[in-house]
Order: sequence, then C-alpha cells, then structure tokens
Amino acid sequence: MEPLLTYTLRQGDRALILAQRLLEVITHSPEIEEDMALSNLALDLIGQARALYTYAGELDGMIDGASRDEDHYAYWREQHEFLNPLLVEQPNGDFAKIIVRQFLHDAFAFPYWRAMQQSTDETLAAIAAKSVKETAYHLRHSRSWLIRLGDGTEESHRRTQNAVDGLWRFTGELFERDQVETSLLGDGVCSDPDQLRTVWLLTVTEALDEATLDLPEDSVMQTGGRSGRHSESFSRLIGEMQVLARAHPGASW
Amino acid sequence: MAVTASLDAVVREIEDPELPHVTIGDLGIVRSVTIEGGTATVLLTPTYTGCPATEQIRDDVAQAVRAAGYEPDVRLVISPAWSTDWITERGHQRLLAAGIAPPPPAGEPGVTVVEPPIACPRCGSRRTRSISHFGGTACNAPYVCNACSEPFEFFKAL
Repeated sequence: MEPLLTYTLRQGDRALILAQRLLEVITHSPEIEEDMALSNLALDLIGQARALYTYAGELDGMIDGASRDEDHYAYWREQHEFLNPLLVEQPNGDFAKIIVRQFLHDAFAFPYWRAMQQSTDETLAAIAAKSVKETAYHLRHSRSWLIRLGDGTEESHRRTQNAVDGLWRFTGELFERDQVETSLLGDGVCSDPDQLRTVWLLTVTEALDEATLDLPEDSVMQTGGRSGRHSESFSRLIGEMQVLARAHPGASW
Repeated sequence: MAVTASLDAVVREIEDPELPHVTIGDLGIVRSVTIEGGTATVLLTPTYTGCPATEQIRDDVAQAVRAAGYEPDVRLVISPAWSTDWITERGHQRLLAAGIAPPPPAGEPGVTVVEPPIACPRCGSRRTRSISHFGGTACNAPYVCNACSEPFEFFKAL
C-alpha cells in the first residue's frame, strides 16, 4: 500500500476507534455532563476520521480507479485492515481508566495536529488546522479530570494510578516509526515521532505530577495495532460498529 | 452580478438548525456563492468536524438554491479552519438575545488557556461558573450565573 494511504488510514482509525470506545460509555458516565462531554469528544473524533477517510478514498482511487467513500473504511474493512494504535482500542473500565486512556491519547493528539499544520500535504495540513482546535478542548478536559481524580480521594488516586500503570505499555506505539513514516518524513508530509514524544512526555510528566501520580517505569511496550494486529476485544468492538451497516447495506434513516 | 448578490443574501439568511434566530451568515460559515449557467455553487466552512448540524445546513442551503431556480452544488471547505472570530457583530447580538454568551476572541488553541470571566446573558453579572467543558451542542458549554442563578450556554471560542 502507498505510504501516504497507510499513514492516513492509521490516523483515521485512531480517531474512529477511540470514538467508538467513547460511545460505549454513553449513559454510563458518573454524571450527565460527562455523558455529554464524552459524546462531544467522540463526535469530534468521528468528524476527524471522516475527513481522513474521505482523503484515503481519493488516494485509494488514484491507485486502482475505484470509488470508495468514508463508510467503506469504517464498515467494510476486516479487523486486520484497521491500523489504529492499541492504546485507543483498550476496553473501557472504571472512569479512571477511560480518562487516563483519553489523556494519554490527547497529550499525543494535540501536539500531533499542531505539528501537522506544517505538513507539505495540503489536505493533511487542512485537517490538522481544524483538528488542533478541537483537540485542545479535549486535552483540557481529560487533563483536568486526571488531576481531579489523581489528587482526589484515596480511592480515586489508587484507581487512577492503576489505570496509568496498566495503560502505559500501549503508549510507545504512538511514537513508532516504520518505513511509512520514514518515507513521508523526508518529504515533510508527516511530523517527527521523536520530537512528538518529547513534547508528549513533558505534558504527561507535568500533569501526573500535578495529579500526585507516579510516572511509570519504562517497560516493554506493546505494539502491533498499526500493522493490523489487534487485541481480542477489538473484534467485539468492530462487530458492534459494523453489524448494522453489514446487515442492511446502504440503509439510511 | 445582481442575481448572485441576491442569492448570496438568501443563503446567508438561512437559520442555523441548533441556534435559534442565528443565521449561517451571522456564524460566518458561508465562504462564497457563485452562479455559473444554471448552477449555483455554495462553499461552506463547517464549524466542528463532527457537527451533526452540518448535514442539515447543507440540505437547507440546497433547498434554498433550488427554490431560487438553480441547481445546487454545495461544498464543504475545511481550510482555512473556521474560527468563532468569524461570527459577525449581529451574530453576537443574536446569540446574546437567545440567552447564549458569545465567544471571546479565539487566540491560539492551547491547553492552559484561562477563560476570561463570562458575563451572564440574562443579568450581565460576571460572577458565573462553568458546569462542564462540553454541552448539548458541539459549540456550547453550560454555565450557571451565581448572581441570578440562571443556567446559560456559553459559545466556546474556537
């Protein structure tokens, strides 16, 4: 597959799969305001995924001349064709886990989109300029919850630290670089994962410190999502996401 | 030219489906209206990428263009990205009249931005507090006024 197409799908899948996880939480949040907040986050992420999938459809079409819309990528691909990092597909648990997963992601996504505004690819730069504004709000939200929970009660502190420790091993994949990034970096299409990791770590270290939480020791990082190797729970996630479209192709309401 | 100007005015007067009495012209999301032959091309900038109102606005614009006797070609352009700074002065007044506190200047997107005190759209007091970062629509956040106790929506700077 073309590097630019793979790259675009990785970003689109990151947004869509995290949105799908957030949508599972709706009506289960600790308070109604949080149901609205998480669904707002999910809506923004779906919007970003749609823009990226539309672009992927154009890139795909240049290769084989076929026409694919955004729904094709969301509903008609198989599990191994999704290229999101493993972090965003991690199943929901208690509210601390949902917030920590979001924060670790947002601390990546905000500087990522900020940097991508400089991409030499005009479409990606335009999507970045739009997404960076939305993502700033996401990071403000997840960061403030992280601090409330970490610096809250003994129980909320314990749960939040557990979530940080449990999800840490999925953060390395966000900054991986394979031949896709390497070939695009040369043309100035994508941002530098190493620089991004430095910014991310600073944001995370500062927030954890303010939340009175400990930064985990670096251990072995899990990887595979960006190459289409997913965890068991992922099959249930896309099963639910795709069932309606597959049972009723072309359905509208 | 006169025809384009009048269609342009019609399009800009279409109301936003989620903000009472605020038009899409007020919101600053209409980029251009051009007529070529029997086709009218309208370029719109979406507010938020995932805003569900975008589809409704597209349909409303297409319907208005058709009613004016043209074949509609409505396109979304995301660059340059929409900013709340594009909301017109009349838009600010209409938001206020609808009980929604208009946005402060947008500035650079940031994480540790300190929101200026938001004035209550009902009593004008600046003793207000945020209830949540996100509200019932993508562009609003719920606030409550400590002075008059009324809840209200704040249009977030973007």
